[in-house]
Amino acid sequence: MAAATSTASASAASGTPDVRKMPIAKALNEALRSSMENDPKVLVMGEDVGKLGGVFRITDGLQKDFGEQRVIDTPLAESGIVGSAIGLALRGYRPVVEIQFDGFVFPAYDQIVTQLAKMHARALGKIKLPVVIRIPYAGGIGAVEHHSESPEALFAHVAGLKCVSPSNASDAYWMMRQAVESDDPVIFFEPKRRYWDKGEVDVTAIPAPLHAARVVRQGGDCTLAAYGPMVKTCLEAASAAEEEGRSLEVVDLRSMSPIDFDTLQKSVERTGRLVVVHEAPVFLGTGSEVAARITERCFYHLEAPVLRVGGFHAPYPPARLEDEYLPGLDRVLDAVDRALAY
Amino acid sequence: MTVESTAARSMARRSGTGGKSATKKSASAPREAGGTTGTTAATAKRSKSAGAASPAKTENSGKPAKAAKSTRTSKTAQPAKTAKASKAAKAAKPAKTAKAAKSTASAKTTRTARTTRTTKAAPAVDGSAGTELVQLLTPEGERVEHPDYAIDLSDEELRGLYRDMVLTRRFDSEATSLQRQGELGLWASLLGQEAAQIGSGRALRDDDYVFPTYREHGVAWCRGVDPTKLLGMFRGVNNGGWDPTSNNFHLYTIVIGSQALHATGYAMGVTFDGADSAVIAYFGDGASSQGDVAEAFTFSAVYNAPVVFFCQNNQWAISEPAERQSRVPLYQRAAGFGFPGVRVDGNDVLACLAVTRAAVERARSGQGPMLIEAFTYRMGAHTTSDDPTRYRRDEERAEWEAKDPIARLRTYLEKDGLADDAFFASVEEESEAMGKHVREAIRTMPDPDTMAIFENVYADGHALVDEERAQFAEYLASFADPDEPAHSAASAGEGR
Repeated sequence: MAAATSTASASAASGTPDVRKMPIAKALNEALRSSMENDPKVLVMGEDVGKLGGVFRITDGLQKDFGEQRVIDTPLAESGIVGSAIGLALRGYRPVVEIQFDGFVFPAYDQIVTQLAKMHARALGKIKLPVVIRIPYAGGIGAVEHHSESPEALFAHVAGLKCVSPSNASDAYWMMRQAVESDDPVIFFEPKRRYWDKGEVDVTAIPAPLHAARVVRQGGDCTLAAYGPMVKTCLEAASAAEEEGRSLEVVDLRSMSPIDFDTLQKSVERTGRLVVVHEAPVFLGTGSEVAARITERCFYHLEAPVLRVGGFHAPYPPARLEDEYLPGLDRVLDAVDRALAY
Repeated sequence: MTVESTAARSMARRSGTGGKSATKKSASAPREAGGTTGTTAATAKRSKSAGAASPAKTENSGKPAKAAKSTRTSKTAQPAKTAKASKAAKAAKPAKTAKAAKSTASAKTTRTARTTRTTKAAPAVDGSAGTELVQLLTPEGERVEHPDYAIDLSDEELRGLYRDMVLTRRFDSEATSLQRQGELGLWASLLGQEAAQIGSGRALRDDDYVFPTYREHGVAWCRGVDPTKLLGMFRGVNNGGWDPTSNNFHLYTIVIGSQALHATGYAMGVTFDGADSAVIAYFGDGASSQGDVAEAFTFSAVYNAPVVFFCQNNQWAISEPAERQSRVPLYQRAAGFGFPGVRVDGNDVLACLAVTRAAVERARSGQGPMLIEAFTYRMGAHTTSDDPTRYRRDEERAEWEAKDPIARLRTYLEKDGLADDAFFASVEEESEAMGKHVREAIRTMPDPDTMAIFENVYADGHALVDEERAQFAEYLASFADPDEPAHSAASAGEGR
């Protein structure tokens, strides 16, 4: 799997570069708009995605421009949303479904796991299910229960699904475009607390492959691997570590299924240490799989066991405790200290 | 290598995928099939128990949480927005009202429901569908008229329906026998439901689209699906096995009720395309309890989708009687969702055809969904793994035997001189030939290649699948006899 090695979406633009600064939320909006302009079969559907533009405004203005048949406000029934999206896909459409919040995806979990994920295989490849399921996920916004969860491992575990999560505006734009173009179901995890983080988006660039990881900061002492909201946290941790004279490399995995282990392996072979960071509970989380695979691949390069930093085996706590629950700069650096102490 | 590990390896080689072992495998098919049976039965049970769990699902409603105000609005830029938007969402939420309405309705109709079960069907919701079970051919083979559903078929068409039902039943009984012989791991018999399936199946056009359960063998026949293709998943050589787009007949769906939503989405797409095709979703009385079916009713009603919900109420969801699924006749459920429902004699092929035709026409002309409850009976077991003697009386079966769908049409054809002995003989002959064909087909059905495990998991490929495929091929190749060409390794190479 090819991997991009710089933060900017790799070079070679066709024509003059069109670089715009925008928040992740706007980048997603632009990506949906472009996708809908490029392909009349692309539909957006979900709760409140029409006039309201979604509770996070990701679909803002789309219904006005594309009409109610392409930007569909649905009844409040997640299984119904995904189940009918499957039917639309069978009819030749490419539905992009919005699940309003992470904690509300579970009524649709049955349709996603038993139907969406398996239908292509059951039909021996005769039908395709190009459905994107967007899930604003993870915490950090002081929300009430069921609004801050990170269920990505529950989806990455399922064969037939692909799972990705962008960490910046450029990736948000391009990964959404690619997810919509994918002939496989893609669960698109949007880091809701980073929605308003701005970044440059070159809409004329040639993007990295959807499932390629990317080294977003180079360093020699230890690798930090993260995706979605934790990439920023890891970059901040790396800056803080630099002041202490430690050089941390940060890899943005970008995709949780498949995972670009080749890129990560190269990094760990250089640094000899790996700390995996995500908001989701550590137990049987993405980090568990990364730790196992990297240990297999890099056994003789590792100076320390692969360490994981993430949520606890407890329900996501009430908002006034989430700062303690969520991995922050200090907990990441604590893990780095432990890795370097071996 | 130690003695033990050599032995282990040679054991493994024996169960491998070489040409020799393939012969061995088919010889031991009965035992293997037995194993499959157990697993599939467990799956079926689980699907059902999901239904039982659905009330909890409703209660769960994470939704109210949305409305609660964020406690720490200062923390980030958007919580205020979120809270506001969520509040709006709550206000707009139709579910609550619907739920309340439903419970009131069920409380009111309970008494009526109980009496109508033993006498006759309650009035249809839209008032136009008559006041009883729609019937055009009595169990005694008498042709009767119905004020709302007329049908005028040529003699040839009538004979065609008879032929369809006989051949479907023959295929079905052949499959049951093949399961008993160990050729299939499991079979879900449609015995007794031929009229419901042939009647509804023959009401469709080629461009219509069918979403079946796992028992719609008769509908598959109407769609022109090669019957032997239906056996693949029950034999365990695939999990579907036909191209749904070639006959507009979707794959069998095992998880109860899921397909009702697929049908609804597909029908929404038909509308978006400006086409006049109709979509039909099959499900049973058990599935009527599933949230997905209720959601399909809601979605199809709200979007006025051209979908016909064809519920075969065969009275039993494995061991649970229809009374365990509903306190009102199932067709009455439609009223609460805003579209008509009608109960038809599911053992009357003419009535099933007439009512489905009307529903399909209704859908085509932009009038939205309709629910048909085909009142029928599952004469056999739920599947070959089931034992109905544990939960239902022989007398009940006998009562329904007197309403047999094929017998009544035959009586009618004979009595009215619409078919002669030569016709019945030819159908019998055709039926024998079909049985022979099915037996031959199943016995020559090849087992899938081992590497098929990794086929079509993704349309665009996946790094992990590629990696595991290569590793597994390498593992299998390690058993290869150095004196023989490595079969499994070679086929692994052609994996994709």
